[in-house]
Amino acid sequence: MTSIANLIDTMDYGPAPESADIVEDWLAVHEAGFGHFIDGRFTRPGDTFEVSNPATGETIAQITQGTAADVDAAVKAARGAQGKWAGLSGHERARWLYALARRIQQHARFLAVLETIDNGKPIREARDIDVPLVARHFYHHAGWAEIAETEFSDAKPVGVCGQIIPWNFPLLMLAWKIAPALAAGNTVVLKPAEYTPLTALAFAKICDEVGLPRGVVNIVTGDGATGAAIVAHEGIDKLAFTGSTDVGRLIRRETAGSGKKLTLELGGKSPFIVFADADLDAAVEGVVDAIWFNQGQVCCAGARILVAESVAERFGALLRQRMAALRVGDPLDKSTDVGAIVHPVQLARIEELMAKGVAEGADLYQGEAPDGCFYPPTLATGVEPASTLATEEIFGPVATLTTFRTPADAIALANNTRYGLAASIWSENVNLCLGIAADLKAGVVWINCTNVFDAGAGFGGYRESGFGREGGREGMMEYLSFPAPKPPKADDAPAAIPPAPGLGGVVVGIDRTAKLYVGGKQKRPDGGYSYPVTNAKGEAIGLAGHGNRKDIRDAVEAAHKAVGWGAATGHNRAQVLYYLAENLAARADEFTDRLKSFGQSPAKAKTEVETAIQRCFWYAAQADKFDGAVHQTKSAHVTLAMHEPLGVMGIACPTPFPLLGFVSLVLPAVAMGNRVVAIPSQTHPLAATDLYQVLETSDVPGGVINIVTGERDELAKTLGDHDGVDGLWYFGSRDGIAMVEQRSAGNLKQTWTEPGMARDWTKPEGHGRAFLHRATQVKNVWVPYGE
Amino acid sequence: MTADAATAAHSQTVFDPVPPTADHNRMRNPGIALAPEMFEGHAVNRSAAERRAASLTARRSVKKANQAAWLVNAIRCIDLTTLSGDDTEGRVHRLCAKARQPLAPRILEGLGIAGMGLTTGAVCVYPTMVPHAVAALEGTDIPVASVATGFPAGLTPLPIRLAEIRYAVEEGADEIDIVITREHVLKREWNALYDEIAQMREACGHSHLKAILATGELETYRNVYAASMVAMQAGADFIKTSTGKEGVNATLPVSLIMVRALRDYGMETGHRVGFKPAGGMKTAKDALAWQILMKEELGNDWLRPDLFRLGASSMLADIERQLEHHVTGRYAASHRHAIA
Repeated sequence: MTSIANLIDTMDYGPAPESADIVEDWLAVHEAGFGHFIDGRFTRPGDTFEVSNPATGETIAQITQGTAADVDAAVKAARGAQGKWAGLSGHERARWLYALARRIQQHARFLAVLETIDNGKPIREARDIDVPLVARHFYHHAGWAEIAETEFSDAKPVGVCGQIIPWNFPLLMLAWKIAPALAAGNTVVLKPAEYTPLTALAFAKICDEVGLPRGVVNIVTGDGATGAAIVAHEGIDKLAFTGSTDVGRLIRRETAGSGKKLTLELGGKSPFIVFADADLDAAVEGVVDAIWFNQGQVCCAGARILVAESVAERFGALLRQRMAALRVGDPLDKSTDVGAIVHPVQLARIEELMAKGVAEGADLYQGEAPDGCFYPPTLATGVEPASTLATEEIFGPVATLTTFRTPADAIALANNTRYGLAASIWSENVNLCLGIAADLKAGVVWINCTNVFDAGAGFGGYRESGFGREGGREGMMEYLSFPAPKPPKADDAPAAIPPAPGLGGVVVGIDRTAKLYVGGKQKRPDGGYSYPVTNAKGEAIGLAGHGNRKDIRDAVEAAHKAVGWGAATGHNRAQVLYYLAENLAARADEFTDRLKSFGQSPAKAKTEVETAIQRCFWYAAQADKFDGAVHQTKSAHVTLAMHEPLGVMGIACPTPFPLLGFVSLVLPAVAMGNRVVAIPSQTHPLAATDLYQVLETSDVPGGVINIVTGERDELAKTLGDHDGVDGLWYFGSRDGIAMVEQRSAGNLKQTWTEPGMARDWTKPEGHGRAFLHRATQVKNVWVPYGE
Repeated sequence: MTADAATAAHSQTVFDPVPPTADHNRMRNPGIALAPEMFEGHAVNRSAAERRAASLTARRSVKKANQAAWLVNAIRCIDLTTLSGDDTEGRVHRLCAKARQPLAPRILEGLGIAGMGLTTGAVCVYPTMVPHAVAALEGTDIPVASVATGFPAGLTPLPIRLAEIRYAVEEGADEIDIVITREHVLKREWNALYDEIAQMREACGHSHLKAILATGELETYRNVYAASMVAMQAGADFIKTSTGKEGVNATLPVSLIMVRALRDYGMETGHRVGFKPAGGMKTAKDALAWQILMKEELGNDWLRPDLFRLGASSMLADIERQLEHHVTGRYAASHRHAIA
């Protein structure tokens, strides 16, 4: 043993191992292998696979590969338990969640050590970050269970939730999934990642310990095949997935048209922006928390450092200096900063991407890492926007460093990505910080901090980082279902437009040409074709433009150019909508006649027009009132949950209610600041095309509302495929719903689909906050304060 | 399930942001001309500093023999202090006895360091107590530090404060812990602050100057950073957090800001300046926490008494108890150890 005198000379930290004895004993007890946890019981181990400690390579457990039959049994158990669980009072469910939170705290060290052994993350993180957040999540949602009945008075649980979680924060992701689901009255079938199933199994034991009713929580272990079985299972009402964007895309395609509710929390390539006036030491420490947290295996990791050119040299020097003090090694050592990569397969992936990056010209500055499943903290420079290292999510301890010149330059670089999960901004200038926060396409924005989490705030992404939020009120919304009209048997599937223009129509008065409306201008369809619009008797009453994919392209482009609309105040947008009501009222008779020409009764036509005017008022009223929130999170932090428009939205309108359906869908979207490409009722588009004159006279800026008439499903397909469309509402046929959801997977645009015949648009179900909720996404901005 | 390979391979990169140079090693900080551009507009984000300070000690753990070594090292860096109105010759004698023999011989033997001649870093007293301390420490290398300049408020006229320094130096003080005029910082009178400290430095002669910033009364971290810089530019050998008499004394976040300031000064000028947190630190755990801060932010050289001191009085008693526990495996009681 080294003498004290020698140690005084070296002043090394020395080993500070966290004891794993108790966890090892527990694993030894289960040496024969773990089964699933289904219907309150552990099944006998089936075909098993090995799970290893990535830091040592040792096998630590045998885990059962879940089969379709296992999944089926779990779903049945969950289904069986759901009614009774939902039937409990909120208070009773709160007591269960409270018990889980308590028990997690009582087993805190056990869970932390188990997580470290299974995942490779440093014990400090498991102990100080993961497990406390897990307990916090259950406490927070015990609260939601208690008050959900009054806070979400018209909502019901969704039912049975299938939940698939990743390996980077195994227990924390479990908590994020299970706590809100249970609080809302759902039951769950959860599959932990195959690399890291152990804390989920320990959690199952805890459910058993507290006597949670059987079937409420079911844990099925296994690999992607087991996950696929959950995704495909017809007994699942909602799927929640956290993981890679590629798998998320697959799930979106798999579930298209199934009616399953879906939330996806996917990848990221989050920017970390350092302005010249920032506290550079603070920002350097921020990088440590951003990319050298959990070995960089964090979906919201600040992987792209963007630094003002004027301070780049000093920042780089400080960062390199800081890297020298990072300790990489044994995850169970309490002085370890960076632990093991979760699995050799992941290490190989990191190495492969890095090799590619170097081949493309990147310079690497690296710390040291032991042999084995470790990767050194790495800073990559010489990375251009198109490089692999700048675009691919590496999911390892690798940050790129790029300089920018101006705030606008920083925003351009920051948003130059398919993803939109998180961002971090470093500056002492509050105007600058909040301005940048507003311009960033990201679901979570941290100002002068990074990777700060709390159960009280929503977490989730923009763009291809997924949709849905976890945490806070917005997270609860994802596990509740709100009253929706029951669709009738009849499908909203209008006959295809005949290839030849219909002939034989009788023109009454002066012939009027209905055009498309794009960028504030009436425009002939690109193809140069029109199609006949007929009344109820099948008589031609006019022609409408037969729009095609190029018209959609042009309309989306026009919508993109109308950027000012989203930045306008709610008051300004309200003024435009009120003006629209005014002008619509002035021409009410004309619109009533138009509706009558389609064969509608005079009374119904009048109601439809009157209701359309009322909708203008209602959404004008909401334009400056659909507020966000300030979440209760950490002390000396303001956490702002801001409602932002999705951006450019496609809206395919139902066949019935040709005026009111259009107005009721387009208005909430534009009231919230979206720009819209709308496809009116295919069979009666003229009510909508009449409207463009009203739009013109009502000061609706060009490009905010674009109208393309034609074959709804053809046009919706183009919108679904379009990577520049951020959201797509489709009210139409059942096949169309599946098609739209399929197509939306390309850029993971948010969709809202419903059978076109379902809703009576003249009734209260034709409007409401639900529309506004669908038209917005929440950006959570974290602002710590104090001088 | 050990990870020996992993442990052994912990990063051994030498971390030394302000390396010694042949010229500057052991040379005192001569100071530089006042350079406000080195601190004006320097951003210090309080939230981030507090976050870093909180995670610093959670990120590192020192156990067993290493911990014993760290605690012994802390003793080497302690400025064993008495600064009370009722200080007497006898009281100072007792303090100096403890400084000479900070640990009971049985503990020293148990640790295997009986021969290392362990003493505290210095003793720190009021000016009129300096002669007593000098007498009591005769025959040792333990420096005598004296507070001066109208300690703790520092609001007596400058000539009197300078005279006080000269008095303490003449009486044999090796180190002078001066207090700065907080008003100069709060009013951003950098020239005045610089000139005052520079004159004090001159009055110190060969004795080392430690500049007490009284950070609890400067309040903001930006003020702390600026005051640190001015003190170093004016030639301070050490910067020190507190008199021990302010409402808030040494804290880890404030220490972090001062340590970063002296790193920045060192990187800019090549001169190494020492750091002394003082006041409010009472436990062995505090001793470890501040050493972790120094090691992480500045490297091992700032764990030696020439660049690091802990201004404390009761901390030593707790360290001694912890070390006895290390030696015997039994929890110790202070009444079995000599008091300071």
